[in-house]
Amino acid sequence: MCTMIAHQAKIEGRGKSGQDWFEVREANVSYDHPYDLPLEHALNIDFVNEAAGPGARVAVELSIEAARKLVQTIEVVLAQAEQRGVLEDLPQAVSR
Amino acid sequence: MYQTNQYEGMIAETITMQGHKGEAINAYVARPLGSGPFPAMVTIHHAPGWDEWYRECTRKFAHHGYVTISPNLYFRDGHGTPEDVGAKVRAGGGIPDEQVLGDLDGANKLLRSLPYVSGKVGVFGTCSGGRHGFLAACRLKNFDALVECWGGRVVMPKEDLTPKQPVAPIDYTKDLSCPMIGIFGNDDKSPSPEQVNLHEAELKKHGKNYQFHRYDGAGHGFFYYDRPAYRQEQAVDGWKKVLAFCEKNLKQG
Repeated sequence: MCTMIAHQAKIEGRGKSGQDWFEVREANVSYDHPYDLPLEHALNIDFVNEAAGPGARVAVELSIEAARKLVQTIEVVLAQAEQRGVLEDLPQAVSR
Repeated sequence: MYQTNQYEGMIAETITMQGHKGEAINAYVARPLGSGPFPAMVTIHHAPGWDEWYRECTRKFAHHGYVTISPNLYFRDGHGTPEDVGAKVRAGGGIPDEQVLGDLDGANKLLRSLPYVSGKVGVFGTCSGGRHGFLAACRLKNFDALVECWGGRVVMPKEDLTPKQPVAPIDYTKDLSCPMIGIFGNDDKSPSPEQVNLHEAELKKHGKNYQFHRYDGAGHGFFYYDRPAYRQEQAVDGWKKVLAFCEKNLKQG
């Protein structure tokens, strides 16, 4: 491990693992050894639900450049949505 | 050296053992068949988890004549695939050093209680396991040999210390209680060659019995055949040196 650089964000959302969606409550972000990406260290994001056990996890492992692009892209998308006046967490309408 | 007409047998299985504070954890044990007495080895898994490579490594030591145990240091973090459990531990900043020492002490005591163990017990670890091995060989007084492979964060700046890892292992160097071999890649960033220099200087300062082997063209984890970091030539030579060191310190004398 060797960096131990890790932070956790409490979040609300859903993630898909295999065929099933599940509630994600935490995003664990680390810069440490990846499992699959062929780099010594990577920016790893694990979307998890700790209460549901270690298997409730959607994982991505990113290069530094990819991680920075992702952050920028998220910011761009949020800014665009805000500019159009649609940036709010609206509950989905209940169908009758 | 293995001969083609020699008998060889092995048993390998998962067991339950007493770890830190007497708590039950699971462990993987591999041992040569026979009454022994055999020397023994504790294999400390790396940060990515208690995975297949460590089961193979445990059987490798058994193949070379050691009763070998690999405790699951992540037992308390739940069960699932080694990756999922390892990712959980990674997110939590690792596991507490005191807990690791308790688990390793439990593994050592279990080995020493077995009727087919000779009384010589070594400890082997890679990556975070190398760091844990060095800590164990300094803090616990019942290991007879240490194999530290690219132990990351043996050298730690003060700002990296946490409640889980409150002391840099290098600060315990004066207490190292057994001979050690260190295996490192010169392209590694954790530990970097500069950190390995500091590690070695401290061992030298305290007059410890050690040997370091530092490989060009190799980085972190160059024994792992399932990762791009694998370096065949360096890994083969590194294993030869590790096994010769264990032979001298655990089988002879």
